[in-house]
Amino acid sequence: MHINLTLVIQMAVFAVLIWFTMKFVWPMVLGPMQERERRIAQGLAAAGKGEEELRQAREGAESILREARERAGVIVDQAQRSANEILEQARSTATQEGQRLLAAAQQQIGLDAARAKEQLRQQVGSIAVAAAAKLLEREIDARAHEALLNEFAAQL
Amino acid sequence: MAATQPQIGEYILHHLTFLTNKPQTSLVNFTVIDYDTVFFSVLLAVLFAGSFYLVARKSAAAANSVPRGFQSFVEMLVDWVDSQVKDVFHGTNQLIAPLALTIFCWVYLFNFMDLLPVDLLPDVAGAVGLAHLKVVPSTDLNGTFGLSLTVFILMIYYSIKVKGPLGFLGELTLQPFRTKNIFVQIPLSIVNFVLESVTLIARPVSLALRLFGNLFAGEMIFVLLALLTLVHSYAGLESLSGWGMALMQAVLTFAWEVFHLLIITIQAFIFMVLTIVYLAMAHEHH
Repeated sequence: MHINLTLVIQMAVFAVLIWFTMKFVWPMVLGPMQERERRIAQGLAAAGKGEEELRQAREGAESILREARERAGVIVDQAQRSANEILEQARSTATQEGQRLLAAAQQQIGLDAARAKEQLRQQVGSIAVAAAAKLLEREIDARAHEALLNEFAAQL
Repeated sequence: MAATQPQIGEYILHHLTFLTNKPQTSLVNFTVIDYDTVFFSVLLAVLFAGSFYLVARKSAAAANSVPRGFQSFVEMLVDWVDSQVKDVFHGTNQLIAPLALTIFCWVYLFNFMDLLPVDLLPDVAGAVGLAHLKVVPSTDLNGTFGLSLTVFILMIYYSIKVKGPLGFLGELTLQPFRTKNIFVQIPLSIVNFVLESVTLIARPVSLALRLFGNLFAGEMIFVLLALLTLVHSYAGLESLSGWGMALMQAVLTFAWEVFHLLIITIQAFIFMVLTIVYLAMAHEHH
């Protein structure tokens, strides 16, 4: 147990060692550590922000999709309605056309019947004249009795 | 036991003698140098500073890389010391944290030398012609006082720098006893100065002696355990009691090594924490 020059040397070595650590070790280790800490914090914050943005984007996409679906529904409705209208219109047009055709046909039938009646009447007149001539055994002057015959035919 | 008293005394004395340029007879003699203490403390300083500097340079050069291996260890240590300093000291001082790291690592390495087999390096030194070799710098009072006196100088320096010479003087003379009457204060100040000076000087002395005492005692236990097989040497292995002694030494030395591993860490930690506390106190105003 003694104190000697070693004490002074130890103090000098210690002082140099403190200086060296302070100058070349401490800041060069702690600096990058703090820098890394900052970057990690930044990265985590960016990840949180990205997640939030993703959530918002998803919400936006969903609302756009919902809107599109609604609009498609409206369009389909409209299409159905106009199809129904067209169908309805076509049906009424066809009904009118049918009635018109029916009316025309009935008219034609009336005309034909009248014509046939007319012919029948004329033929009946002729037959009646022939029958009368046979009965009288003489020829009736058609021209002289035309008025009589026509009156007769009209009575049939 | 076949060991004789002179042999045992000689062996212990051999382990307590430093490698010096000349024998020291008086307590204080500033012409004597302990070569072994200086050599090992400088070697350990280079080991500490060199390995940490390599990590620091690598870390600063590639700030984006993921730290692994020794770099992680260094960063963990730096972070831990930084938090220790921040717990105690709240001002801004660029010196305290690096100082604390230096103290912890250097003192730990000093102390770790105690875990090497107690005869290993002295026998190697003996083989190359050196009479004595003490490998643990913290079992040298010069080593521990070298640390604590440097800390003491820093304490005084920061006290004066922060509080001014008058503030520091006031701290030494105006507490714990204080009165408004100036004529009563003068004798009280003398009492205060004596008390405060003792408190102040007790700090480096206790720092140095605590470390020295723990490590000296630890080393002494290893030396005493080595005595179990000292005289038998290899011849002791021819008898059953010789084997018993060897086994006992192995078991006890192992147990003490494990326990000592705790002690050397705690001593390095205590030295560091007290240094931080003392320097923080030097920054505080009363």
